[in-house]
Amino acid sequence: MKKQHWKAFVDWVNGTAPERAPAAMPELPAKREKSPRTKPDEARRVRVFSRIYRITSLVVCLSVVCVLLYTLFHLPLFGAEDNPAVNEVVERYVEQGLAETGAVNMVTGMILDYRAFDTFGESSVLFLAISCVMMLLLKDQNNTTAADTLQLQRERETEREISDPILKKVVSVVFPCILLFGIYVVLNGHLSPGGGFSGGAVMGAGLILYSAAYGMDAVSRFFTLKTFRTLTTTALLCYALSKAYSFFTGANDLPSGIPLGIPGAILSSGLILVLNICVGLIVACTMYGFYILFTKGEF
Amino acid sequence: MSETFEFILIVALIVCAVSALHAKHLLSAVVIFMAYGLVMAVIWALLQSPDLALTEAAVGAGVTGILLLLTLKKIHALKDKDE
Amino acid sequence: MELLEKIISLRFEIAAFLLFGIGFMHLLVEKNLIKKIIAFNIMDSSVFLFLASQGYIQGRTAPIATDGVTDAALYINPVPAGLVLTGIVVSVSISAFFLALTQRFYHRYHTVNFDEIMILAKEKDVD
Repeated sequence: MKKQHWKAFVDWVNGTAPERAPAAMPELPAKREKSPRTKPDEARRVRVFSRIYRITSLVVCLSVVCVLLYTLFHLPLFGAEDNPAVNEVVERYVEQGLAETGAVNMVTGMILDYRAFDTFGESSVLFLAISCVMMLLLKDQNNTTAADTLQLQRERETEREISDPILKKVVSVVFPCILLFGIYVVLNGHLSPGGGFSGGAVMGAGLILYSAAYGMDAVSRFFTLKTFRTLTTTALLCYALSKAYSFFTGANDLPSGIPLGIPGAILSSGLILVLNICVGLIVACTMYGFYILFTKGEF
Repeated sequence: MSETFEFILIVALIVCAVSALHAKHLLSAVVIFMAYGLVMAVIWALLQSPDLALTEAAVGAGVTGILLLLTLKKIHALKDKDE
Repeated sequence: MELLEKIISLRFEIAAFLLFGIGFMHLLVEKNLIKKIIAFNIMDSSVFLFLASQGYIQGRTAPIATDGVTDAALYINPVPAGLVLTGIVVSVSISAFFLALTQRFYHRYHTVNFDEIMILAKEKDVD
């Protein structure tokens, strides 16, 4: 019984579910009489509605902005030192952060150590978003018409015929630099500005640039759907497991056995380097996945 | 001096936002929106948040704009009306 | 006079509120789905701008402990920066999801005008 449900779910996700038998439906109610309204009446109704809608939304927006502007009187001055947002939590993060997390960059130390669970949620949101986009745009027999295939074929042919030598030459110089910079930003996330999110976005943008210059199939040679799946799930699982370990040891007052290292060295600050690499991989794969799904609908 | 620069950036930000939303052609709207992302990146560098500036320069000016442009291509909005 | 001083001082917050208003207004009124998505993105970044400007403190530097100095009076507030950093990346993935939905809408109804989509949906799917 359970297996049947699972199979039905898989079929539904893949879009190959058989048509539901219409017999199960209760008998249809008698077809409603067409409303006696004439066409111009309907048009007038729509016009009146849209006018009321516009006026209401204007009023709502103006009142929201007025309320927000009114709060200005109660805000502290810009850049004031006695801003109530600067409380003991911030003091703790800044003063103890280096000793407790080993990260020189306090923002990274905060989001990947004190608030690592929050960041795990954000990475899962990214994964969820790419899964939804994949459900909507991934091509299969059901949602592709012959015209779409022909269109894609034509695009590929134009791509092959019209090759831009300037773009290709520039990209061949710039692309390694961008990728290297992205890797540098990810690996140095705990020492300098950056980290998994910024470095991953830079790497994803670099891959997009390469794919735009050398054609849709250039990156597909080394980045297939299988690679994508393996990378994202491994990175998410690695993040979850390593953080679960440190939460478990932390909550039970056990020694975690992970050395913090000397602040400033690249192999320091415990788990933050690993977590940064995981987040960077997820973000880079997501960004490139969006691009490739938007262009050709498959990896 | 720095204050003047900040005011220029804020005005540019608001002008970009309004003109992106009022542009006639969708392509120009997207390009102006990418410019908005770049102005935002500069503001974050001024607000002493280099992490945000890095991310915004890659994401706001790059990836979001590219995704919008690809969608425009898919919905056939890139062709000129006169053609 | 005091009011003027306050307005000049709170320039980033005022800009954030105005941008929020502009984005919200267009999100409600605009008929084109692409313009709606751009308006949504502008609203997003206005919220980020407000958060980041509340974290800024005059005369202090970014929270990166140079030479191991960890004095709370030297660095700006790192909490808003951390919140916004994750927010930016999530906002781009949300707008990618919206854009994918828009493409599916176009695939079905051959238009991105929201009013036309509503009318077509009524005609196609009810009868």
